[in-house]
Amino acid sequence: MHKTSISRKLFLTFNYILLTVTAIVCILPLINVLAISFSSSSAAAAGYVKLWPVDFTVASYKYALTKNEFLTGFFVSGKRVLLGYIVNMLITISIAYPLSKEKKALGMRNVYAWFFIITMLFHGGLIPTYMTIKSLGLLDTIWALVLPGAVPVFNVILLMNFFRNLPKEIEEAAYIDGAGHWRVLWSIYCPLSKPALATISLFVLVGHWNSWFDGLIYMNSPSNYPLQSYLQTIIIEVDPSIVSSNELLDMSEISNRTFKSAQVFLAAFPVLIIYPFLQKYFMKGLVLGSVKG
Amino acid sequence: MGIKKKLQEIPLHLMILPGIILTVIFSYVPIMGTVIAFQKFVPSKGIFNSKWIGFDNFRYMLDMPNFTSVLWNTIFIAVLKIIAGLIVPIIFALLLNELAGAFFKRTIQTVIYFPYFLSWVILGGILIDILSPSSGIVNEFLGVFGIKPIFFLGDDKWFPYTLVLTDTWKTFGYGTIVYLAALTGIDQSLYEAATMDGANRWKQMFHITLPGMLPIITLMTVLSLGNVLNAGFEQVFNLYSPMVYSTGDIIDTLVYRIGLVDAQYGVATAVGLFKSLISFVLIVLSNKLANKYAGYRVF
Repeated sequence: MHKTSISRKLFLTFNYILLTVTAIVCILPLINVLAISFSSSSAAAAGYVKLWPVDFTVASYKYALTKNEFLTGFFVSGKRVLLGYIVNMLITISIAYPLSKEKKALGMRNVYAWFFIITMLFHGGLIPTYMTIKSLGLLDTIWALVLPGAVPVFNVILLMNFFRNLPKEIEEAAYIDGAGHWRVLWSIYCPLSKPALATISLFVLVGHWNSWFDGLIYMNSPSNYPLQSYLQTIIIEVDPSIVSSNELLDMSEISNRTFKSAQVFLAAFPVLIIYPFLQKYFMKGLVLGSVKG
Repeated sequence: MGIKKKLQEIPLHLMILPGIILTVIFSYVPIMGTVIAFQKFVPSKGIFNSKWIGFDNFRYMLDMPNFTSVLWNTIFIAVLKIIAGLIVPIIFALLLNELAGAFFKRTIQTVIYFPYFLSWVILGGILIDILSPSSGIVNEFLGVFGIKPIFFLGDDKWFPYTLVLTDTWKTFGYGTIVYLAALTGIDQSLYEAATMDGANRWKQMFHITLPGMLPIITLMTVLSLGNVLNAGFEQVFNLYSPMVYSTGDIIDTLVYRIGLVDAQYGVATAVGLFKSLISFVLIVLSNKLANKYAGYRVF
């Protein structure tokens, strides 16, 4: 062992401090807004709230949770996450499997692969995509939020590479026993790919929960907005028709500021809850992605 | 090719079919729909009956008084984000790599990675609050040092830098973990040998760590070339306002306003197509370079 020099000690101390401060700075904004959401409107307006609630109250949360638009949004989001997740995973798996085969097992493998890759390189863009969805009659339906993103090519590539690295012996034994491709996929590939599937699942679930722009443009009626789209309209644009300020003035404990903060946290809540427990899968996914090929 | 082999392939074709159909409908049909960039498109007439006008929409685009500044804003913001997105994560990966305690290391990673999983709507809501010149905590903090309130989101001098900084906040944890993964792949015996030869930490960093990271750094740099016109629609859309159009309006937000707000479908599609084509060339080029210098292949 080499002995730790003074400059090394200094560096390490500096390093610990810098990293701790950076991490704190990264979450301070969240803590500040969380504190505001639990504070009274007057304390929030006077700027008393720093990192701890002043005049603690849950009035803003109570109000948000009784608001129809908010609850509907929660429900629409839940529906899209569930449907979107199922469709996304089925499609991802059923494309990744054939593409993971060698050319001698699937002659058109490279043609198929390029067919999907091209969609990563070139997009039709906002208006043509919007027009397509409109002419299919999907506006104001949940399918406008589920189907356009149903083929996540990046995830397909990730899973395909994972499939390719699975040991081939079990598979070959299964073929000899008379199992077909479907059987091999569901009984051998999927169980062996649990870590990859778990990671992809998390990204798909969070992605659907966080999407807001599609809801904003494909839903004409705000009652069909997923939660994040609804929040976009009230937090970012402050549309007075949705949150009437008179309505808020009647309730002295709530201000627009505390109310917005509370809704921001309610929308972030599901991610906040699963993240600490599943973060190792979130991290694994990155490593999975960065060593592909 | 034998009949038997063809028969064996059938289940594979069937598996891939739903994905093909969805991709045709939601990716290839819109790509074909870009022809309206060359039409005086009227929704009631549709693609087949609208008048063809050649490159008029593109000429209109180039004549727009704000087009040059929007193009410049897009490149400026995107390039700054690319640079920050490369440098900051590398520095933090190196710093984290120096730590001995696994628990502390993991905690820091977990915390800095978290904002990546929040949408720009949520982060936008948070940023609008904390950056407010009248009541935001950031300006209150700066006030302690006697700095006058800065309108980060409403002052066109500050806006692009606010975008870059807040984007770094959201994404640098992600990048850090990618580089850390590359660091753990470096052969530890190299460090032991270097220590025995009397190389200090700095020398080890420059002669072992950085060369070990070089393939992934090259790869990330080259691939980011494809993002030169991606200034981050979701972020800008949630943070900008007419006050900062002069420095903060980007191609994607312009397309949105021309297309979905003003309903000038043809012009908006032309602007979008302009961006798609340049991006396409950049992505293909960057992948070629990545293949040449880092042995990278998409599939």
